Amino acid sequence: MLSDEDRIFKNLYNDFGWDIKSAVARGDWSQTKELISKGKDWIVKEVKESELRGRGGAGFPTGLKFSFAPKQVGSRPHYLVINADESEPGTCKDRDILRFEPQKLIEGCLFAGYAISAHTCYIYIRGEYFREGQRLQEAINQAYEKNFLGKNACGSGWDLDIYLHYGAGSYICGEETALLESLEGKKGLPRLKPPFPALVGLYGCPTIVNNVETIAVVPTILRRGAKWFASLGKPKNTGTKIFCISGNVNNPCNVEEEMGVLLKDLIEKHAGGVIGGWNNLQAVIPGGSSMPLLPKNICETITMDFDSLIKAKSGLGTAGVVVINKDQDIINCMARIAKFYKHESCGQCTPCREGCGWMWRVLERMAKRDATYKEIDLLYDVTKQIEGHTICAFGEGAAWPVQGLLRHFRKEIEKRCHGEPIVKKSPNIPYLIDQHLLEKDSA
Amino acid sequence: MSIKKISETQPESFEFSKDNLQETENIIKQYPKNRKASAVLALLYLVQKQHDNWIPLAAIKYVAKFLEIPYIQVYEVATFYSMFNLAPVGKYFVQVCTTTPCMIRGTNKVLDVCKKHIAKNQNELSKNKLCSWTEVECLGSCVSAPMMQINQDYFEDLDEQKTEEIIQMLLNDKFPKPGSYRNRKNTAPEKGRTTLLEVKNA
Repeated sequence: MLSDEDRIFKNLYNDFGWDIKSAVARGDWSQTKELISKGKDWIVKEVKESELRGRGGAGFPTGLKFSFAPKQVGSRPHYLVINADESEPGTCKDRDILRFEPQKLIEGCLFAGYAISAHTCYIYIRGEYFREGQRLQEAINQAYEKNFLGKNACGSGWDLDIYLHYGAGSYICGEETALLESLEGKKGLPRLKPPFPALVGLYGCPTIVNNVETIAVVPTILRRGAKWFASLGKPKNTGTKIFCISGNVNNPCNVEEEMGVLLKDLIEKHAGGVIGGWNNLQAVIPGGSSMPLLPKNICETITMDFDSLIKAKSGLGTAGVVVINKDQDIINCMARIAKFYKHESCGQCTPCREGCGWMWRVLERMAKRDATYKEIDLLYDVTKQIEGHTICAFGEGAAWPVQGLLRHFRKEIEKRCHGEPIVKKSPNIPYLIDQHLLEKDSA
Repeated sequence: MSIKKISETQPESFEFSKDNLQETENIIKQYPKNRKASAVLALLYLVQKQHDNWIPLAAIKYVAKFLEIPYIQVYEVATFYSMFNLAPVGKYFVQVCTTTPCMIRGTNKVLDVCKKHIAKNQNELSKNKLCSWTEVECLGSCVSAPMMQINQDYFEDLDEQKTEEIIQMLLNDKFPKPGSYRNRKNTAPEKGRTTLLEVKNA
């Protein structure tokens, strides 16, 4: 197990206070000026050598991303944008960083802003996190008071301003280009890539978008060295990560652990075990709702890092571990996730807009034992029609969990699918079409 | 699920109060010149704050004029994002998270309490016109499920009885204490903490 000494977020549970005084006492903002004086290339090199991978879900190497920003600032300014639009079901790690470790994020913004030559940083925080936003704003104000931000930030000679921008309850705005659209004051519809935001991003200017956790670990990496960070975890999957363990466990919690930790250890040691004992485990969603679930036999031995989970046909995603025990109806759980995607699809691409609702309706029928046997293959076909045919990765995020269900729980589904084709029954089955269209007052 | 219903009764005009006008200046200052449109989300929030937590059509027109952008762009934004209410909601607006992590920890019981004590249907005002409730998607507080948001505050680690107490207080026009309702420390495990045991403040 990772020693407390090596944990980056020491105030994860707010044992010490979030204010700048306690943060400085914990070691934030120490040597900031010296580290910045080593230069942009050094920061990028150090982050590259630490092999830090983005903590927002895709796991893209952060150092590489920093290096995509143009070396010279041309006629267009550079922007740093922090993605704090955390809405993936099962994930609540950024909320704790915003509430209890805001200075780590702010200091990280200064390093990242300097590394990519940005003088302006926007933090896009989800609208529901109103209190967390207030807290962060207070922390930013405290940093300004100490001259850690603003002109000549922290005596480094670099100017950086940080602004908060509240979202308004849209999951899709966590996708980086949708986030930029939203920041520009439009609907959150993802943009086609290329051009990538590193060259054409916010207001058409070079923009680097990073997750809160990614940026918040950068100061510690620079202070303690890339070697230290790379020595934790596994090769190519280095460092520590905050895992959120929710669902049917005795003590749901957030915990910072090494990458590559055993999933069983996370559940049994940190979260107090599955309700009803390990044998009562049915499945685990390892990385937030977008990642396919894992059945119990895989959960026994799987380690929590990007590459092992991809091998198991799932993914680390945001490391939101949702534990589902045998008391739950797994099909119902997945139907609810499908409903989530149906609700949150931005509606731009047809396969996703229509397909998400289709998947939800089929799953709902399956949960109610109304589906026909043929619909199992139909459902799989629909997921394949969505996957890879959309502008952004939302399509995959919606299709994968359903594919995971079909892969691991097909027998369970087959037992239930003996219904007559619906068209043979009354055509007026309410869940054949979207419920709300039937309600008179919303028509 | 939030269906965007636009209120049938609409006020004729809308204008920012003096304080809020001041506030708009601070907001617009955050964005580059000629990029005032970025402030549209923040301004719509201001409208909601000033106008009993919902946005009338007159305000959408007003914001469009204010930011010198087309009316339709503001209308699009107001209808796209789920946190903008286009019809009146209760003074205490209860949003219950119903996504899977909350669902498997018993959010349905929380919903039942809302149905029983506030109103049968979502987005319907309670008898004394103080409360309304709605189902929402993941609110990002999964390790303290089930949970709900009332106005701006999170109420976590709920159960049937605790929810009932909270709702009763709201119906009596009192605001209950936000946070965990099992007295646990933030997102630390309730029992048997395993990490951050010996760390001192430097």
